[in-house]
Amino acid sequence: MNTQVLDGGFADPAPQAARAFRAVMEAMARPGTIHCLSGATPPAPLSVAAAVAILTLCDTDTPVYLAGDMDTPDVRAWIAFHTGAPFSGPATCAFALGRWDDLAPLSAYPIGSADYPDRSATLIVAVDALENSSQNLQGPGIQNTARLSLPEIPAFQANHAHFPCGLDFLFTCDDRIAGLPRSTEVS
Amino acid sequence: MYVAVKGGERAIENAHAWLAEERRGDPSVPELTIAQIREQLSLSVNRVMAEGSLYDPDLAALAIKQARGDLIEAVFLIRAYRTTLPRFGASAPVATADMACDRRVSATFKDVPGGQVLGPTFDYTHRLLDFKLAAEGETPPAPQREADPAPVPHVTGFLNQEGLIEEAPHDDTPPPDLTREPLKMPADRSLRLQALSRADEGFTLGLAYSTQRGYGRNHAFVGELRIGTVPVEMEIPELGFAIEIGEVTLTECETVNQFTGSKTEPPQFTRGYGLVFGQTERKAISMALVDRALRWEELGEDDTGAPAQDAEFVLYHADNIQATGFLEHIKLPHYVDFQSELELVRKLRRDVQSTQTKEAAE
Amino acid sequence: MNETTADISARKAWMGLMAKAPAARVGALLDGACARPDFKWLRPPEVGSVMVRGRAGGTGAPFNLGEMTVTRCALRLASGEVGHAYIQGRSKADAEAAALIDALMQTGQAATLQTAVLDVLAADRAALTKVRAEKAAATKVDFFTMVRGED
Repeated sequence: MNTQVLDGGFADPAPQAARAFRAVMEAMARPGTIHCLSGATPPAPLSVAAAVAILTLCDTDTPVYLAGDMDTPDVRAWIAFHTGAPFSGPATCAFALGRWDDLAPLSAYPIGSADYPDRSATLIVAVDALENSSQNLQGPGIQNTARLSLPEIPAFQANHAHFPCGLDFLFTCDDRIAGLPRSTEVS
Repeated sequence: MYVAVKGGERAIENAHAWLAEERRGDPSVPELTIAQIREQLSLSVNRVMAEGSLYDPDLAALAIKQARGDLIEAVFLIRAYRTTLPRFGASAPVATADMACDRRVSATFKDVPGGQVLGPTFDYTHRLLDFKLAAEGETPPAPQREADPAPVPHVTGFLNQEGLIEEAPHDDTPPPDLTREPLKMPADRSLRLQALSRADEGFTLGLAYSTQRGYGRNHAFVGELRIGTVPVEMEIPELGFAIEIGEVTLTECETVNQFTGSKTEPPQFTRGYGLVFGQTERKAISMALVDRALRWEELGEDDTGAPAQDAEFVLYHADNIQATGFLEHIKLPHYVDFQSELELVRKLRRDVQSTQTKEAAE
Repeated sequence: MNETTADISARKAWMGLMAKAPAARVGALLDGACARPDFKWLRPPEVGSVMVRGRAGGTGAPFNLGEMTVTRCALRLASGEVGHAYIQGRSKADAEAAALIDALMQTGQAATLQTAVLDVLAADRAALTKVRAEKAAATKVDFFTMVRGED
């Protein structure tokens, strides 16, 4: 094993994970807001924000799907060592990680059931730019409207139509993260 | 009617303070240490580990001290603590055939290889109170005799050689885990065994006894009872191989049950299985009897309607923390609910009275 | 690190011994053998649990028996060797000592630590196991037949 992949986890896990959890929760609770994450130095092409979110949210009970060029031996080894999360295909994953085009089609992921809408996947999407521009967001956690640069519109509208089932999204770019829960209307 | 009330903080704080004082008891009596509880009340510690479903003797001893010796309260504390621990993974199944046995007896075969090893048992004591223990004194060391280092084979293996006992074929299906997914019916045997291993000892004993008295009778003999330590091995992903991460004391009971055959199975002996943390043989034997009773369907036996054959009844009532949680909550304030009950009874009574008055008038 | 089968079985043996050692014993033996080297945490000590599994009937399908407490950590020595520890119980200090020894066993100090730490742990353990086995042996029943009935 390349022992370099053992580096770069949280140095002080409890407070770092607590702060990161707060930031990810704020991102999800207030769609359109952008938050900074820090504390991890992951192997490429994993961004700091995606890596910190994974360290905070994943464990041995959350299968992770790595899409496209995110699926490298180093990324796998890093996630396995620091979180213990098993790897799976899209159909059984709790978290998926990749670029927007590599993650498609969204129909491959679990969206939960009427009894258990929580048994759905969260997609951690790597994007090249993350700004408060372009698409309009409305819904719970947004006072009037918010704006976020999303890769497209129809997929998120279709996802919202499944509510209370559906997927949740975290968009990551370098050390920044924003959330888009299934409850948000995109236009 | 809804009455919002607030208050009780001071009463609760003071109750906690008094609880702590009562727990300590008379301060002129020396305080118990965790090590004393762990070493001298080890069977209580074992029970708390088994039903708390967490093997850690020091933690169990601490829980017993904090719970003033109330073992179900101690189990509750252990279960609550357990939920705070990150799970690193699951071990390889322990190899009980390689157990370093402190005790190993068979009620069915006198001359088993490895012999009948009594171990530190209460079985042949006279159950007379030993007043010498009321005074402090040295305990003489137990006698020793040269030991054969070879592992002690399982007794059921001998019946297997003749094909007279059902086999437990090797299987590596990952088992369901009721601490992760809520218990759902129908429950397969691996889920039942997990639930029984952490089940309340008293409840399991009562059910097992009911099968002996005829409610789902299955003619059990203790084919083998063994107590001892086994190493726990786990695959470590970052190493790429498995290592031993510790060892646990276990009690294993395998019953041999008379079975006259069914539509699907030939006449043979069948098996019930008990495996429990610690030296916990009453529980392990009870578990084996109840496990066997719950297997009626897969063995093609008749459902006699006995409680011990009813998986839903057994598994949904065997957990003493679920049971005590629901039972004890009814003593906590239900003012709002009860106010509406009161209103309802008053109304019903008014209705009855007015009907009676009307009837009397007619 | 490319480990051979022999390397792996030796490493399994020492990691297993340290996992089962009594509290504070590994650290005390380490400090008796050498000064602690500088290191950096790859994963600071954390207390967690492992689900212990059994098999139905001893040999059949696996089931979840219950959990046990385990403490683990990983570190890298200034000289580059990586040490891991998974030990029973909740002692972070014991896990740190075990990981240091795991790393040092990959250095020139291996022979010293083998004698001063691992051989001692193995001897402690063998002695304890022997006493217990002998006490058990003393409770083995020696049957002798008084009368064998004919009916």
